[in-house]
Order: sequence, then structure tokens, then C-alpha cells
Amino acid sequence: MKRVAAYRAPYPGTQPNHLHPPYVSSIKRAPTKPQVPIPYTLSEVTGPSFKPEIVAPKANDLTLGHHGEPLGERIIVSGRVLDENSRPLANTIVEIWQANAAGRYRHEVDQHNAPLDPNFTGSGQAVTDAEGRYRFVTIRPGEYPWRNHYNAWRAAHIHFSLFGPAFATRLVTQMYFPGDPLMPFDPIFNCTADEKARNRLISAFDWETTMPEHALGYKFDLILRGREATPMED
Amino acid sequence: MSLQATTSQTVGPFFKIGFDWLNRDNLVGEGVSGERVTIQGRIFDGDGVPVPDAILEIWQANAHGKYDHPEDTQDKPLEPGFKGYGRVPVTAQGVFRLATIKPGPVPGPNGKEQAPHLVISVFMRGVLRRLVTRIYFPDEPRNAADFILNLVEPSRRSTLIAKKTAGAPGTLEWNVVLQGPDETVFFDLGL
Repeated sequence: MKRVAAYRAPYPGTQPNHLHPPYVSSIKRAPTKPQVPIPYTLSEVTGPSFKPEIVAPKANDLTLGHHGEPLGERIIVSGRVLDENSRPLANTIVEIWQANAAGRYRHEVDQHNAPLDPNFTGSGQAVTDAEGRYRFVTIRPGEYPWRNHYNAWRAAHIHFSLFGPAFATRLVTQMYFPGDPLMPFDPIFNCTADEKARNRLISAFDWETTMPEHALGYKFDLILRGREATPMED
Repeated sequence: MSLQATTSQTVGPFFKIGFDWLNRDNLVGEGVSGERVTIQGRIFDGDGVPVPDAILEIWQANAHGKYDHPEDTQDKPLEPGFKGYGRVPVTAQGVFRLATIKPGPVPGPNGKEQAPHLVISVFMRGVLRRLVTRIYFPDEPRNAADFILNLVEPSRRSTLIAKKTAGAPGTLEWNVVLQGPDETVFFDLGL
């Protein structure tokens, strides 16, 4: 029986702790007992895989699928999905969701007094190509207030969700926009101690993917966990 | 030069918008072998209140103990009707329900078989990176020697084992308790 090769542990400070008191929702939901370290087994180094056809051909364009065009500034968000060993991850599903241009989510719990857009749902999917590339067309999400503390506002963001090749590589994160003045005051953006790791959540404006007279381009690469050295025979 | 994994962030309260398209609360397709089970439960916060905005993801082997994944090279059959993936949101009342089969045993560390189990990711508002746990099965003799269960202090192992439901054969109850004396065991996989 081959021993399974572990995935690399995160560099200290680059992932959030469960408890981050400035983010009030974490106080009653963060586990209080230490997590139990376990070795990787076949259960964690395998994981769900999906046929690329599960994603509809135009599911990566959030401006389509309605009677008209959504309001707001059209943007193109693209990038690569790599592992920590710089290998591109092909055929990986990327899911995104976001608020509309006015900062309102199409969700019954969102009671923010900003208009819904009948032409925007805010949900998209893409599959990475052989080089790990993905691309979304969407509109720039608005900032919005929340009740975490007095006069609390979320920095503009797009939620990202990726499976990668194994249960161990699952990642859910958020992408931010360069120059957003709300980032220093957003406890969710700031939940990770390491400043460089935090700043890697900020996309970069990109001329190359900006389409003339159509849409600005933003680049956002995602790094999933990489493997330790290859398995050894027991 | 190696890269560092992207920082995890919470799914927030509105994940339904992005996740619904791939929800799966019934893992059992046509012609699938194995013992049918329904696993249901709730997720309790630090005040003991059921969480109405969480989602579980499930990964498991089929009844032969085979994962539908290229890294599972065991000489065991796959079944086309069983992929082993589930994604189940809790309802507004805070309940989740999952229909699946009891998986077969899969290899564990030191070449020993693991007891049948599901691996689980838990996501919700307020949780900054996913919580990783497992569901084991009641009346399962392999539990006693399971490598992973034996890494858990004995008094907490029961949080990982689903319970039978009186009067409802095939229905198991398994709850997630986020804080307190009955806190569910969560595993550290590094992330």
C-alpha cells in the first residue's frame, strides 16, 4: 500500500483563524476546542470531479440570460488557477457570486435598501482550460452596508469557490478591487494576519484583458494547495 | 519559488446564489448498491440556536469502498450511478437532510482499513475557513480500530458518529455543535 502524499501546510499567518472578533459573526460560530490534526488518507486526497459540460457554455457571462443588460460598469475578471507548485489546474470549476452594481444581492435575506436589477442574478460558473485559465464577464459589484458594527460597509468583492483536484484543495474566498477605500475598515478582508497574503485577494487592473470601448479587465489568480513530495512505499 | 495558497474567506450569508446550481442532497443514482441511509441533523451555534444559513459538502466512497477519483487505484468497482459528491444547505428552520448509502471501508494510514465514513466540509457566515469533520456509522465494529477516530480523545468521539433514530430504520441523526462541552470534533488538515 502506498502512503499518500500530504498537501502542504499553509505558511503561518496566511490563513485566517476561526475566531476573528472584529467579524462579529465568528464569535458564536468559531469552534473553541483545538482542531485535531490528522494525516492525509485516501479520503482527503481524492475529491469530487465534474465533467466540464456540467457548466453551461455561457455561464461565465453574468451579463447574459435576462431580457436586457444589467446596470453598472461591465468588467472582465480573468486569471489562472495554479497549485502551490506553480502547476496550472485544468478542468477545475470556478463558481462566483456577487452583489449587483447597487450593492444588493438577489437573496431574500438581503434587505439593503438598494434596488434589485431585473437583469442581474449575480451567479456564474467557469471551467479552467489546459493552462488553468478562467474568464468571467460581469458588472462591478457595489459596496454595501452591513450590521457588523456602526456604519459598517463591505468593500466591493466577488465571492469565489473552487474544488481543485481533491477534498484537501477546496477553497472559498473573495476577490477585491484595487484602490477600494473600504478595505482597511473591512473586518472580513482583514481577518488574515499576513498582510501580503491579504493583499493577494486584491485583483489587479489589466490593460491586456481590457476590451476597447467595452469593459475594463481585472486579473485575479487563485492558488490552491500543492502536494508535498511524491508518495513513498511503506 | 513556490506559491502560497490563496487566503480563505467566509462564504457570507448569500452563498445560495453561487452554490444552488450544484446542490445534491440525494447521492444515490440508478442501480447503486449499498445500504440506503438518510442522514439528518442541525447545526448549533454557541447559544445552542440552530444555524439557518450553513451548507455542508460531502465526499464519500461507494459501497465497495472505492472513490470515483483517479488517485483511488484500488481494484474495486466504480458504479456509474454513484459519484460520492453532495452539497446540502440547511433549511430556514436549520435542518439538513442527505440521502446516500453507507460507504465501504477505504484504506487508511499504515495500510489498515478505515471504518466507513463520509468526509464533510461545513461553510457558513461567520466561518472564515471551512470546518472539516467526518460522519461515522453506528453499530459499526470497525469504528473501534479506526485510525482517525483513535486520534480523538475518547469522550469526544461520539460527536463524529451518527445516531440511530428510534422508529425510523435507515434514518440517522448527526448534528454539528460549533461550541461548548458537546462541541463537534473538527480536523486540522492544514486548511
